[in-house]
Amino acid sequence: MPNGTPTRITQGTRITRGAIAKGGIGESTLRPDGALKVTGEFAYASDMWHEDMLWGHILRSTVAHAEIVSIDTGEALALPGVYAVMTYDDLPTEVTHYGLEIQDTPVLAHGRVRHHGEPVAMVAADHPETARRAAARIKVEYRDLPVLTDEASALAPDAPCIHDNRTDDHAPHVPHPNIVHRQPVRRGDVREARRRADVIVTGEYVFGMQDQAFLGPESGLAVPAEDGGVDLYIATQWLHSDLRQIAPVLGLPEDKVRMTLAGVGGAFGGREDLSMQIHACLLALRTGKPVKIVYNRFESFFGHVHRHPAKLRYEHGATKDGRLTHVTARIVLDGGAYASSSPAVVGNAASLGVGPYDVEDVDIEVLALYTNNPPCGAMRGFGAVQACFAYEAQMDKLAKQLGLDPVEFRRRNAMSQGSLMPTGQVVDSPAPVAELLRRLKALPMPPERQWESSEGTDVRQLPGGLSNTTHGEGVVRGVGYAVGIKNVGFSEGFDDYSTARVRMEVVAGEPVATVHTAMAEVGQGGVTVHAQIARTELGVAQVTIQPADTRVGSAGSTSASRQTYVTGGAVKHACELVREQVLERGRRTFGASHPAWSTAELLLEDGRVVTDGGEVLADLVDVLGDEAVEVEREWRHRPTEPFDRHTGQGNGHVQYSFAAHRAVVEVDTELGLVKVVELACAQDVGKALNPLSVHGQIQGGTTQGLGIALMEEIVVDPRTARVKNPSFTDYLIPTILDTPTIPVDVLELADEHAPYGLRGVGEAPTLSSTPAVLAAIRDATGLELNRTPVRPEHLTESQDCWLPDIAG
Amino acid sequence: MRVHFTVNGRPQRADDVWEGESLLYVLRERLGLPGSKNACEQGECGSCTVRLDGVPVCSCLVAAGQVEGREVVTVEGLADHARQRSDAVSTDSRRSEDGELAPIQRAFIDAGAVQCGFCTPGLLVAADEMLERNPNPTDADIREALSGNLCRCTGYEKIMDAVRLAVARQAEGV
Amino acid sequence: MDFLRPASWEEALAAKAEHPTAVPIAGGTDVMVEINFDHRRPEYLMDLGRIADLREWEVGAESVRLGASVPYTRIMENLRTELPGLALASHTVASPQIRNRGGVGGNLGTASPAGDAHPALLAAGAEVEAESVRGSRLIPIDAFYTGVKRNALAPDELIRAVHIKKADGPQQFAKVGTRNAMVIAVCAFGLALHPKTRTVRTGIGSAAPTPIRAAVAEEFLNAALEEGGLWDSGAAISPSVAREFADLCSGACNPIDDVRGTASYRRRAIGVLARRTLSWTWESYRGTSRGVEGVA
Repeated sequence: MPNGTPTRITQGTRITRGAIAKGGIGESTLRPDGALKVTGEFAYASDMWHEDMLWGHILRSTVAHAEIVSIDTGEALALPGVYAVMTYDDLPTEVTHYGLEIQDTPVLAHGRVRHHGEPVAMVAADHPETARRAAARIKVEYRDLPVLTDEASALAPDAPCIHDNRTDDHAPHVPHPNIVHRQPVRRGDVREARRRADVIVTGEYVFGMQDQAFLGPESGLAVPAEDGGVDLYIATQWLHSDLRQIAPVLGLPEDKVRMTLAGVGGAFGGREDLSMQIHACLLALRTGKPVKIVYNRFESFFGHVHRHPAKLRYEHGATKDGRLTHVTARIVLDGGAYASSSPAVVGNAASLGVGPYDVEDVDIEVLALYTNNPPCGAMRGFGAVQACFAYEAQMDKLAKQLGLDPVEFRRRNAMSQGSLMPTGQVVDSPAPVAELLRRLKALPMPPERQWESSEGTDVRQLPGGLSNTTHGEGVVRGVGYAVGIKNVGFSEGFDDYSTARVRMEVVAGEPVATVHTAMAEVGQGGVTVHAQIARTELGVAQVTIQPADTRVGSAGSTSASRQTYVTGGAVKHACELVREQVLERGRRTFGASHPAWSTAELLLEDGRVVTDGGEVLADLVDVLGDEAVEVEREWRHRPTEPFDRHTGQGNGHVQYSFAAHRAVVEVDTELGLVKVVELACAQDVGKALNPLSVHGQIQGGTTQGLGIALMEEIVVDPRTARVKNPSFTDYLIPTILDTPTIPVDVLELADEHAPYGLRGVGEAPTLSSTPAVLAAIRDATGLELNRTPVRPEHLTESQDCWLPDIAG
Repeated sequence: MRVHFTVNGRPQRADDVWEGESLLYVLRERLGLPGSKNACEQGECGSCTVRLDGVPVCSCLVAAGQVEGREVVTVEGLADHARQRSDAVSTDSRRSEDGELAPIQRAFIDAGAVQCGFCTPGLLVAADEMLERNPNPTDADIREALSGNLCRCTGYEKIMDAVRLAVARQAEGV
Repeated sequence: MDFLRPASWEEALAAKAEHPTAVPIAGGTDVMVEINFDHRRPEYLMDLGRIADLREWEVGAESVRLGASVPYTRIMENLRTELPGLALASHTVASPQIRNRGGVGGNLGTASPAGDAHPALLAAGAEVEAESVRGSRLIPIDAFYTGVKRNALAPDELIRAVHIKKADGPQQFAKVGTRNAMVIAVCAFGLALHPKTRTVRTGIGSAAPTPIRAAVAEEFLNAALEEGGLWDSGAAISPSVAREFADLCSGACNPIDDVRGTASYRRRAIGVLARRTLSWTWESYRGTSRGVEGVA
């Protein structure tokens, strides 16, 4: 049995603030893990190493829907260097499935595979190549089943059920067993409102399947322990959610599955579901040796859920003076073979489907399908992204019909604080939708023809870039605007809380705060912010951030733009309780020495207890003495409630966040190639706890939106449901030459319900970036463009008809 | 097979190397140098960028056997590499404040160019080599030099800021 | 798998003769992807990296003898005058890191229709120097590509160099991809003017099972330039001639629909690239001859 911890644990770091700044909230303090990350010392999950470790490898289905007739592992087991081969039959307990909301996902396929790339068997061996060769020797016989790839095939009367005998909460309420969840949102009287409309526009939109494409592939190391338990070092978004799903499959109590966050190379929703966690633990427990699994890029495309592709049909009406009369929408999300977070994605698309506009009469229906396509779930923007792409296209279409400037039309309908959502929920904090647009509109335009230089044409500044496709021919500029609304935090009555443990003590003559949470730092900078909060609340210079693990309570997921709000809120709350105890101790020890101890409002600043008038009462070192103060507490944001299953009414969301973009593009109209020249973003963040990180989030989210506008799509064969481009050769994400300058304008209008007034930042910029780019391309080309990503052929197809040689 | 080569100035030997192993695998799994990252293993992301005889390459596409007798610099050796370069061009061997980081590494931290950090080692190796070749790059030059390195977190703006910062500091001789 | 490390060209030829299935590896930018992704497990990998000769080039009177492993970066930096089309094509190859490793020999060995060097080689005119223990031969580039990812090499042959005609007039290369850098060609087009022989040559990539020339388009344009006396006058090419040339280039394509693009888009785009590259090269030709001819 191996002993000790693996090498290369680097999460959690001691931080010393700079000499001048206090390093509290509102400052752009630098990342505590920055130095480790630039020297290559920071240990990501794939960097974990243990003496005597084995390599795990997962065999995946080559077909999308089939019965498994037989699996023969004999030849694989016979290969020298192979320690274990496992199939469904080798699972140790009755619990063989997992899932975030619905436990419908088999750890290893049981008698049937439901999508291309589903795990069927797994191997542990002494070298990754041995494991791969062994997996290749496993013989799986499939008998094909009919493949469901869209709404028509999934909901056909004779369609096979993707999941038989469903027992989940949504099952009794859905019109067809291949519908995961359906959520209507109805308000007012659309039929009546239609009569008031002077202009009605309809549109059908298609949104492609996007991949999170985080750069650090799924990986982890499971180490069997002497007590029969297992230690798992893992890259994830939510340790405790993983734990809840892993332990029952292993047949272990949760306290025997000890999880520590290993370095996470990006997430964006793709690590909210389990990937190889259970597989690594099972192989480790089976072999008695540490087992490391690292997906390569091909496996990664199959190893996590994607953003739901969607088909959206919208109808918008408006009066001549540019007021929206009504909105109807039907949004069909393809959830693929397993539920993942589809129900919550449905709730978001439905409740946010109108966008940040005041509309009284609304009729929306959103549903997610079970099909044999790849499973889809969480990705940055979570249901709101797909809707925003469509409703913003509709807003431009309406503006055009009304002869109004698209920004002016949006301004006339922009929601504001006090507005009512289509769910009946009052927007009870600032909603500066019109102001965000006004600021973008006021920005100067980037200079024209930047490709012209004294040395001739710089093709790097043109559509096509280094590929030298144009020297200016056919290039037309376009400008587009879009704005979006995203919820922050988990909604619909979910008990969304975080836990923080904060300790304060004297170390080497200095007061030091230690913050311990299970928050998954995935790159967003939560660790930076936690230290800032501790400094602000406790007046210390030195803060130690403990590695995230399951020895402290859940911090919820690093998703839904919630971590700074909720875990940040928990750290703040725990700090406040620590402060109270420290002050209480101070009063006990020194209260008699100065009346202010009992009369004044007391603060902790610069390592001292001071009055709100600035008078110093004591050094923290003296108050603390040699006894630490420690508090661990859960903290919750205000509760939400589920949406009514028939009307969608309910106070379902915690907080809303708003961002808007202006895109300036140059399109080579003959070749259909696009260069985004500038993509400016304005966003209200309530309070920027760390402005540098806020900018980074906005620019990163903006760029992911650009990707889905122009190039990113997992292409699934509509006949076989097989993925056609599971590689970085054919799934393209923007390079630095595809990404423009991204000016950012940050508003800070406090939300009085949130800690420090902050508003979740991460997702909103991913919403409006895509429709802004699309709007700009429409502006340049005059084409309708109802699909994203836009491919070169979409921009040129209409021209084919007048090319005689091609028409013939 | 057995492979001998120099990594960050030190002679190294790897035994029992499988013939299909990449330089990246040998660095990460055999020599205890996991700084170079394994993000795509097909030369489409640049996360595994190292200098091979001075030239930036994707170490995932170099067969281990091809590096026999050659010199490799990884992100772990970048600070030393940059220090030797600056010592070579100037007798004034002032070190940066923290002494342990290359100027480009310091600039990435200061400019907020690091989020998840998985792309960072490859970007640093590529950017440092560009600064060596072209001490006064235009924005377009920077973008071209880094066009083989994907980043999914930052939208590249802070990376541009970081390289500009390193250029400015280099010009000021800081 | 065995790893062969020939120290000289002769050793490499002997090894290839002994093990005709041995896969040569130089830059590794194709071979290693296939190994990393478990698409290929050759019995022998043969490293050509120790043969310095393959990374050298010689500029002769008529042509450049380009070693098979000269990295694209070196071509971009050093051979822009002699091989402007290939230098442009080299600049569009993948990423700086790949351009530092990959060379034309690998493109030819893989013979993918999407290889970036092919259209430039076809347009410039080139011969592939193939060698085995049996001897050496020069394979005309037009006869080199024999099918999808197939070439005219015998199993025991290795590519030693490519002999590319030195430019005697302007050359251009353009490639369509769905990203502004680091992208595999949806389609690509190379064009070279050869004023000495008063001919135009073309190369098309990713729009047919193999890299091809647009032979009919070349004939049409050669005739039109000749009839109009344009080589002498340096006058502008009429829009209708340019259009017809572009249409014939489109017509030369035999593309497929795939995840990177549709057949009809590829055909269209080749026409656009043909028209543009003709315009760029001809304007450049006129620019250099205008002083003498003084044409409008």
